[in-house]
Amino acid sequence: MKAAVIVFPGSNRERDIGRALHQATGREPAYVWHADHDLPAGTDLAVLPGGFSYGDYLRCGAIAGRANVMDAVRAHAARGGFVLGVCNGFQILVESGLLPGVLMRNADLRFVCKMQHLRVERGDTVFTNAYTPGQTIEVCIAHGEGNYIADPDTLARLEGDGRVAFRYCDANGTVGGKANPNGSLNDIAGIYSDKFNVLGMMPHPENLIDPLAGGTDGRALFESLAVRAAA
Amino acid sequence: MKARVTVTLKTGVLDPQGKAIEGALRSLGVDGVDSVRQGKVFDIEIAGSDKAAAEASLKLACEKLLANTVIENYRIEIA
Repeated sequence: MKAAVIVFPGSNRERDIGRALHQATGREPAYVWHADHDLPAGTDLAVLPGGFSYGDYLRCGAIAGRANVMDAVRAHAARGGFVLGVCNGFQILVESGLLPGVLMRNADLRFVCKMQHLRVERGDTVFTNAYTPGQTIEVCIAHGEGNYIADPDTLARLEGDGRVAFRYCDANGTVGGKANPNGSLNDIAGIYSDKFNVLGMMPHPENLIDPLAGGTDGRALFESLAVRAAA
Repeated sequence: MKARVTVTLKTGVLDPQGKAIEGALRSLGVDGVDSVRQGKVFDIEIAGSDKAAAEASLKLACEKLLANTVIENYRIEIA
């Protein structure tokens, strides 16, 4: 598994993603600066980390979504390469057109930073094969703009094609209601591209890879990617 | 040339910030406010005096960056 973590001005979770990847794959990822035009040769996975790229100016992820390196990420995705965007990375993916829809200001206008349960919708993708479908996991969220919105046709297509990756739920696995922290349509916490090689998600699996930090439910996502790359 | 680009949310897109402002205006006792939608204004200086070229550049700017056309409309005015 050769991974490349893209670093924008204002990214701040690239080292955490790097640590999670190193733990799962035994290899340190490459760190690629936003102004570069290429990913390292042989890159299997490009990761857009969390943070506040360009200070969230204009719209979250808007300026990063148009950075030089995003042309390389788009080409990588078009070739079937894997792309993971977490938090601000998810915002960058929707702004760059790699995933549909948009992430709006949280419905209650508050920045939300807390532990959060998710339901893993399927266990047969490169990102989730080490989870069981329907499994409830606990990771954390930290965002002000995570309210996923898409037009009715797009939403129907996402649901019809099974492209919802994670939904917000409570500790018992009950989806929605008070468990939805930001107003996202259909309690969506993460979605796949039509070929399931791009995943964008608001929660932070990279925070939960060590018992010292409160849990390890995020580990399986990186292990899934490692397993896939070794196969 | 001076130009102004106004970006607004499309009808039907939920605007929690606009809603909060609307509520604040009511609580301040400002009467007659039916609803508030928040948008953005960009004042842009354009080099040269070719209005058609300026309009084309600004349209490109809107489509490429200033507006997210999934949820936003834009209006271009050139003085």
